[in-house]
Amino acid sequence: MPPKVKRLSGLQKEVLRLYRKCLRASFTKPKENQHHFIEYSRNEFKKHQKLPKKEYSTIEYLLRTGYRRFEMFSAPEIKDIK
Amino acid sequence: MFAKRFVTVTPLLSRGLASTTEKAPLIKTFNIYRWSPDTPEEKPRLQEYKIDLNDCGPMVLDALLKIKNEQDATLTFRRSCREGICGSCAMNIGGRNTLACLCRIDRDTSKNTKIYPLPHMFVVRDLVPDLTHFYKQYKSIQPYLQRDTVPEDGKENLQSIADRKKLDGLYECILCACCSTSCPSYWWNQQEYLGPAVLMQAYRWLIDSRDEATHMRRELLQNSMSLYRCHTILNCTRTCPKGLNPGKAIAEIKKGLSLEG
Repeated sequence: MPPKVKRLSGLQKEVLRLYRKCLRASFTKPKENQHHFIEYSRNEFKKHQKLPKKEYSTIEYLLRTGYRRFEMFSAPEIKDIK
Repeated sequence: MFAKRFVTVTPLLSRGLASTTEKAPLIKTFNIYRWSPDTPEEKPRLQEYKIDLNDCGPMVLDALLKIKNEQDATLTFRRSCREGICGSCAMNIGGRNTLACLCRIDRDTSKNTKIYPLPHMFVVRDLVPDLTHFYKQYKSIQPYLQRDTVPEDGKENLQSIADRKKLDGLYECILCACCSTSCPSYWWNQQEYLGPAVLMQAYRWLIDSRDEATHMRRELLQNSMSLYRCHTILNCTRTCPKGLNPGKAIAEIKKGLSLEG
């Protein structure tokens, strides 16, 4: 029997995609500050981890604001985050 | 003698502004859309506010300001000029997109007035829509004068009175987005279709006699999405709070493009 794989919905994949992007962007930052960015992204995602997966409009809203923030913080001029 | 005169004057002054006769309170109910990004898991809701119309200005914006000042300071909306020239307070009042500062309060107290943000836009908070995409579209039509030649006297680009007349009814647009957000075509194809407000400005630059980039501007619109998603529904003309006619402007662009071949 093949191992049981958790099937993810489109929206869940979308969230994971944003999370990966955030982590990857963190590694383009100066070495000494990278863990600040990683910690920040993890915390921001953790804040809404308990959200039920059927709350589509809320998740879509959070994705939109998440992308906006991702674009802002991934600009090369930004070196550190507190 | 001086004292005597003083006594006679006092009763006149004391009347002041309080001379209006007491009126029975005229209580009007407003249902206002509320949603806060601080608690995104909470669903948007309609909140009820009651206002005495005898103690309030005539326009919906006055009522909103009164609610914000006296009842609920967390109510959020954009406003600036309070006379219909800035376009900040565009919202959906009683099912119609208008400027809150130009819309009179319906004095019929048996009916509630419902106030929503502009339809089919992302909401930032309460009555504040996210117009970023709308402004991006406006930017994409390059709304500025483009010329290769410098005016002869080195100062001004002159225009005949007849040419200037062509811009009347177009240049008054304040980009409040009332028309664009009332257009069903714009609701379904917001990403590609430019919408009536932006197309009217595109036309304003197309027919400007001083502009020399007409050909490039036409090329920009010559595709199936940007312009031809207009199906002459004419909600735009019907709703425009400034009484302009975006529907006609779009029709003129279409005519111009078809004549060009």
